[in-house]
Amino acid sequence: MQQNSSSEPIVSLRNVRKSFGPLVVLDGVSFAVERGEVLALIGRSGSGKSTALRCIDRFEKVDDGEIVVCGHRVDRPDVDLRALRQDVGIVFQSYNLFPHLTIEQNITLAPCAVKGMATAEAKDLARKVLVQVGLEEKLHAYPEQLSGGQQQRAAIARSLAMQPKVMLFDEVTSALDPELTAEVLKVIEQLAADGMTMVMVTHEMGFAKGIADRIVFMHRGKVHETGPASILTSPTTPELTQFVGTGNLKS
Amino acid sequence: MSLQLDFPAVLERWPSFLAGAVLTLELAAFATVLGALLGTLAAVGRGTHNSLIAGACKIYVETIRNTPLLVQIFLVYFGLASLGLKFSAFTVAVTALTINVGAYTAEIMRAGFEAIPRGQIEAAEGLALSRLQIYWHIILLPAVEKVYPALTSQFVLLMLASSVCSQISAEELTAVANYIQSDTYRAFETYIIVAVLYVILSLVMRAGFWGLGLVLFPRRRRLGTPL
Ligand SMILES: Nc1ncnc2c1ncn2[C@@H]1O[C@H](COP(=O)(O)OP(=O)(O)OP(=O)(O)O)[C@@H](O)[C@H]1O
Ligand SMILES: [Mg+2]
Repeated sequence: MQQNSSSEPIVSLRNVRKSFGPLVVLDGVSFAVERGEVLALIGRSGSGKSTALRCIDRFEKVDDGEIVVCGHRVDRPDVDLRALRQDVGIVFQSYNLFPHLTIEQNITLAPCAVKGMATAEAKDLARKVLVQVGLEEKLHAYPEQLSGGQQQRAAIARSLAMQPKVMLFDEVTSALDPELTAEVLKVIEQLAADGMTMVMVTHEMGFAKGIADRIVFMHRGKVHETGPASILTSPTTPELTQFVGTGNLKS
Repeated sequence: MSLQLDFPAVLERWPSFLAGAVLTLELAAFATVLGALLGTLAAVGRGTHNSLIAGACKIYVETIRNTPLLVQIFLVYFGLASLGLKFSAFTVAVTALTINVGAYTAEIMRAGFEAIPRGQIEAAEGLALSRLQIYWHIILLPAVEKVYPALTSQFVLLMLASSVCSQISAEELTAVANYIQSDTYRAFETYIIVAVLYVILSLVMRAGFWGLGLVLFPRRRRLGTPL
């Protein structure tokens, strides 16, 4: 993927603060993601990774600071949510496929309802994105007929069908056993190879090391250490040293 | 003392019974469709952030659920009359029954809405669907599916409760029965026949809802999971 050095980052957070009541969850978080870059958010449970990710797609409103995503000022109250969410794809740990719709209907719904795409065109697109995640034979299945790994891949395909400029993943493999995890990670790897810009919260340190262009290690609501994937093998702060040393760095 | 039953004397009035049964079914059908719409809107209204709308919906639901149907029917009947508006007994009955069943539907649908996992809605929001689109495409059908047995029982109950519409001389099944028994002096026979007819109407409605369920929930049909 060609990087256009003159362009703005796809995602940028500057000094973002967010509290839930008295609990400060994001305490001045800053990082940026360039086009085509893969950023892995890592850190202990409760360090604010999910919250940071959710702020990018405005599932949480920030208290202070600036978030710009594909040109949208996400921190502003007048942000065009519909436009923002067409540019951003998000995939959750719990897949959240719509149970009453077939995989094809799950995928075609948003392109048809949001973008006004014709049904025939949307069906072609559904086939295309399902091929991308290796699930073309499940077009007419219902979610409950799929394994967890297959459901997660279908959820990724559903997101891809909106042709987002950036994809957010929040521990998308945490609910899966190792074998199913591998098949989902393979799909994400392929996406990265195709040049998709991605921000992923992950506990799979081996995977993060292999795929991420940059690591953001969060600790107590702050970006505690950041750098290329090599920081996982030679961390500088004692916290990251401890984090990668406590069995988190597998594979 | 012996029980003497003379069914033929009553059964020869079968065209009246039939007409009454048909009218009861019509009342139930209209009130079910309109009440389902009203109740769903009220359930959505109770879930909005607009406290005025939410409050109005709550007052409606609670008022109706805490007053007798017969009183509601009289209120509509005499209320419209005192406004100088003249409607047929059928229209008044449908209106009152709709308002009544709408409140119960609202409570049932609210439970259905609340049973939709938050993650489903977030996933839909993440796909840029609007509030309305989310209700329509993501929430409505699964919510109805979750409460379908409770919902359909409520509509069958409504059909049975419509017998009190005889009080405003809507010519439904019970009104017809009152008329026939006073005419033939065969009260017991008349009400036995009416009871059987109500059972049949209930079965007809339940069969209808079963068929509707097959259409509404194709996944259940495909996967063979009963409601
Ligand atoms: N909606 C909320 N209301 C109140 N507190 C919240 C809310 N969401 C998150 N928190 C709290 O904020 C803190 C950070 O949560 P967050 O989900 O961002 O952590 P995380 O780094 O993703 O952790 P994990 O690895 O366990 O997913 C936690 O203490 C959590 O309990
Ligand atoms: Mg999390």
